[in-house]
Amino acid sequence: MKHVIIGAGPAGVSAAEHLRKLDSTAEIVIIGDEAEPPYSRMAIPYYLVGDIEEAGTWQRKNGKHFKNLGVKLIHDTVVSVSPSSVRLKTGKRINFDRLLIATGSRPVQPPVRGLNHPAVHHCWTLADAREIAKRMQKGSEVVLMGAGFIGCIILQALVERGVDLTVVEMEEHMVPRMMNAEAGAMIKRWCQARGVRIITSAHVIEVAQQTESEKTDVIISTGEALSADLIIVATGVRANLGFLEGSAIAVDQGVVVDRQLQTSIYGIFAAGDVAQGPDFSTNGTAVHAIQTTASQHGRIAALNMAGRKVLYHGSLAMNTLETLGLISTSYGNWQGVPDGDSAVAINADAYRYLSLQFDGDVIIGAIAIGLTDHIGALRGLIESRIKLGLWKDRLVEDPYRLMEAYLARTGPG
Amino acid sequence: MQQCLNIDPGKCTGCRQCELGCSFAHEEFFSSSRSRIKVFDLHDQGLFVPYTCTQCADAWCMAACPVDAIQVDADTGAKTVDTGVCVGCKVCTIACPFGTINYVSATGKVAKCDLCGGDPACVKACPTGAISYIDSDTAGFSKMQQWVDKTAAQHNVQT
Repeated sequence: MKHVIIGAGPAGVSAAEHLRKLDSTAEIVIIGDEAEPPYSRMAIPYYLVGDIEEAGTWQRKNGKHFKNLGVKLIHDTVVSVSPSSVRLKTGKRINFDRLLIATGSRPVQPPVRGLNHPAVHHCWTLADAREIAKRMQKGSEVVLMGAGFIGCIILQALVERGVDLTVVEMEEHMVPRMMNAEAGAMIKRWCQARGVRIITSAHVIEVAQQTESEKTDVIISTGEALSADLIIVATGVRANLGFLEGSAIAVDQGVVVDRQLQTSIYGIFAAGDVAQGPDFSTNGTAVHAIQTTASQHGRIAALNMAGRKVLYHGSLAMNTLETLGLISTSYGNWQGVPDGDSAVAINADAYRYLSLQFDGDVIIGAIAIGLTDHIGALRGLIESRIKLGLWKDRLVEDPYRLMEAYLARTGPG
Repeated sequence: MQQCLNIDPGKCTGCRQCELGCSFAHEEFFSSSRSRIKVFDLHDQGLFVPYTCTQCADAWCMAACPVDAIQVDADTGAKTVDTGVCVGCKVCTIACPFGTINYVSATGKVAKCDLCGGDPACVKACPTGAISYIDSDTAGFSKMQQWVDKTAAQHNVQT
């Protein structure tokens, strides 16, 4: 059996390792288009801060890990996929019995004039991070486009370096895909108190070279021109699907997969940021471009590629973010459902917030700021659909009794 | 024979000696907030519940870690955090459905129970025998395992 995996991110690596556990003799190949050993984008902010060297971002620290596992790494780009082979940029063709598409996502290019200016950099790959690290000098003027997860998670590095920072976010509040208006406003207030200028409900229209200066003008929708030495684009990501044009593989927002993570073509699977798979919360499908989904997808896809019929119960959206020391987390359907109750505790002065959303007496989503202890129990409650019974009303009264509720309803007591 | 922590809340008096023992063993100071085992007071049920990691077999924290900072201790089977590798991204803390791996802001890393290398300080500190370190195939362990199964949603697999 020959397994070919396109993409060396967490989904691809997780799949390769599980495939090896399941079949000691299978041929396993990972094709990755970045020059570095398989690394994790999650670690890039810590590289930018200077906590780790590049090697600290590597998914596996032993340089011989993949060789020892008998997993072959090929540095190339897949340009097309047919039902039993892939074609590489270098012209070579590689046959497969089972294929995993784990090509991740790429940053969105917002419609901004002058975005190809040399002062403009995306923040996505390790190569991007090297460029940003070189340019974020003390005192330099930096405009960060986008206050989503990616934009927010590099704030620490920029502030520590002492840049003069302005953040421009199109939506009305920060981290709009992870936080509600109340929580987003709290994060904004926290960042502003630490000297970061944040402009919400505005977008960049044009990047233009200043005359008689090396700086650029970033012209935003309010009419203001922001002077900048460096412009970082973090306006969201999209699934990497381009190479599938002309193939028969069904795509939507991502590669559409069933509960076995198989695409519309037999023997071809997809996992991670590129996959539009079962969504735990909605029972529909969704692209969840997050680490936890990537590693789970890798495992479930590997089981099915190896011939075990395993059905995935769906990915739960979840993320945790640290913005200049303030930690926020969200899970599942944090927006809530019609007729569902909620429990909310807000302490603006202490920057603490907790919101639980219920469907009946089951928690379906949550947002927390300033809460880290035992936070994972929220996942347990949501994903195991624990019926809270009497504990629901107690949580509506005080959502911070979460762990008591968890232990009372699941515990060995 | 691999061993595991077995917790009997019925014997716990809420004295929190386990928390102090744990923090001292790992941090060399006494601080309940830095303990990797935590006693919860279930007032409505008149019960104290010492709570920590059950070292589950396919550890969720380990699978979710983007930089391979969590390893299996070959001797004890404990899942241990290599703080030299952990970057502090906290993904494991939201991935663990038991809430037993936690971010420590003082260190910028995560911390969890490591079974103290096979000689758990919480067990030694417990004056009532509410926490014991037992062979993994005894009845107590299977009870803990049922608890794990109940809350782990079968590792995301539909049944």
